[in-house]
Amino acid sequence: MSIMSYNGSAIIAMVGKDCVAICSDLRFGVQHQTLATDFKKIFKINDECYVGLSGLGSDMQTLRQRFVFRHNLYKLREDRNMKPSTFANMVSAVLYEKRFGPYFCEPVIAGLEPDGTPYITGMDLLGAMAPASDFVVAGDNTESLFGACESFWRPDMNPEELFETISQCLLSGVNRDCLAGWGGVVTVITKDGQFTRSLKGRMD
Amino acid sequence: MVIPTEDGGFNFDLCKRNAFLGQQGVKGPSVLKTGTTIAGVIYKDGIVLGADTRSTNGDTVADKNCEKIHYIAPNIWCCGAGTAADTEAVTGMVSSAMELHRLATNRSSRVITAMTMLKQHLFKYQGHVSAALVLGGYDHSGPHLHSVYPHGSTDTLPFVTMGSGSLAAMAVFESGYKENMELEDAKILVARAIEAGIFNDLGSGSNVDLCIINKDGKDYLRNWKCPNERTYRHAGFTFPPGTTPLIKKNMNTAYCTSLPGLSALVEVSDGPEPESMELA
Repeated sequence: MSIMSYNGSAIIAMVGKDCVAICSDLRFGVQHQTLATDFKKIFKINDECYVGLSGLGSDMQTLRQRFVFRHNLYKLREDRNMKPSTFANMVSAVLYEKRFGPYFCEPVIAGLEPDGTPYITGMDLLGAMAPASDFVVAGDNTESLFGACESFWRPDMNPEELFETISQCLLSGVNRDCLAGWGGVVTVITKDGQFTRSLKGRMD
Repeated sequence: MVIPTEDGGFNFDLCKRNAFLGQQGVKGPSVLKTGTTIAGVIYKDGIVLGADTRSTNGDTVADKNCEKIHYIAPNIWCCGAGTAADTEAVTGMVSSAMELHRLATNRSSRVITAMTMLKQHLFKYQGHVSAALVLGGYDHSGPHLHSVYPHGSTDTLPFVTMGSGSLAAMAVFESGYKENMELEDAKILVARAIEAGIFNDLGSGSNVDLCIINKDGKDYLRNWKCPNERTYRHAGFTFPPGTTPLIKKNMNTAYCTSLPGLSALVEVSDGPEPESMELA
C-alpha cells in the first residue's frame, strides 16, 4: 500500500480557449473505508489561480494552509495577487525544501496569467514542475485519468465545452478507481469570472 | 507554524514521521525521473548539447515533451538527468549564483565556475541529490564540456553522454566522433546519439532538443527533430452541453481565508513632495 493512495484522490486540470478548468473527486477514505463524500481537494488561491492537491489528506490541508499563508504575505508586501506561474514556483520551492522528508502531495495548479493566457502545471511531491499546454492529472490512478484525457481533449474549447470534457474525463477516469470518486466538483476559470458545479457520480 | 527563512537550505522536519510510516509497512511514494538520454560534443567553433524530452513516473510517461537543457548563464547551458526536482533545483540554484557573481564582478561567467559550484553541492550531499549533468559553455578561454556525476565527480572530455540512455548514445559517439567537426555534422551526430537513446532506451523518448553554444552566443533548437509524432486519432471528442449530470451541492462555501489586498486594510495617501537632500 502506498501512502499516496491512503485516502484516495483524482484531480485533472485542462486548458481551453482563454479559459482553464480544474476538478477533483469528492471521496475521503482510510484505505477501503469511506469516511466522507464531500471532501474537496481543489482550493481557490485568488480569482485567477486555483490549486488541486492529491495524495495524503493531512498533508493536503497542511500545504493549503502554508500556501494561503505565503500568498497572504505576498499580498501584504506587494499589494497584488500572485499570478499562477509565480504561485507554482512558490509551491515548488515549498515542496523542494522538504526534499529529504517530503509532503505526500502532488499539486496541480491552474489559472489565467495577467495577459489572459491559460496556465496549468502538474508537479511531483518534490516540486518538479511539469507545465503543460493541454491537460495534467494527479491522483492514485493516473493511468485511467491519462487515458480519458488523451482521447477526449481537443484544443480551443470554450468554457462550456471545457466543462463537459473535463467532467467526462474525471467521471470515466474514476470509474476504474475504487479509492476515488463519489461525485466530483469542477471549477472553470475565465477572464470574466469563474463557475463551480458539482457532478453526480457513482456512489459505490 | 514554519516561518519562511531567509537562509534557505533543506528542512528535515518530516523525516521522522515519514520513517515511522515506513516502519508501519507503508510504501514510499515515487518521484518524477528524467530516465534520460543527454549528450554533448565539442565541434570546431564550440559546443553542441542534446537531450530527449521524456519524463517518467514509474512506468508511466509523465511528460511527453519536457525541457532538459537548463539555463545556467547566457553562454553556459546544462543538460540534466536523474530526479527531475533535483536537476531543476540544482541548475536553478547555480544559475542565480552565477548571475549575482556576474553583477558583482562585471565579468562574463566561466564554465569552470559553474562546474565547481555543481560538484561542491553534489559532493556535500553524497549522491542523495541525484542529478547527473552534462555542462557545456563557451567562455573567454574557448569551449568547455564537462559531465558531472551525482556524487560530485566530473569528467572533461570532447564528447560525453549521461542518463539511462548514455550507453546507446556513447556507442554512436564512439563510432562517429571526429575532431574539428563542422557545425552541421556535429548537430547530426548529437541528434543521432539522442535518437539511439530514444529508440533503444525505455526511459528516453519523444523528441530531440539541441543547444549550440559558440562565440556568437547560443542557439536553442527546441524539438529540432520529432521522430515520434502521434500516429492515432487526435480529434478529441465533442460532448453536447448538458451531457454531464449535475447535483445541487454548493462546494464554494468551504475555505475562504484569503486576505484582502493591503490597500483595502489601510488608507495609502501620497504625502507632500520630498525636498531635495542636502549633503552638507
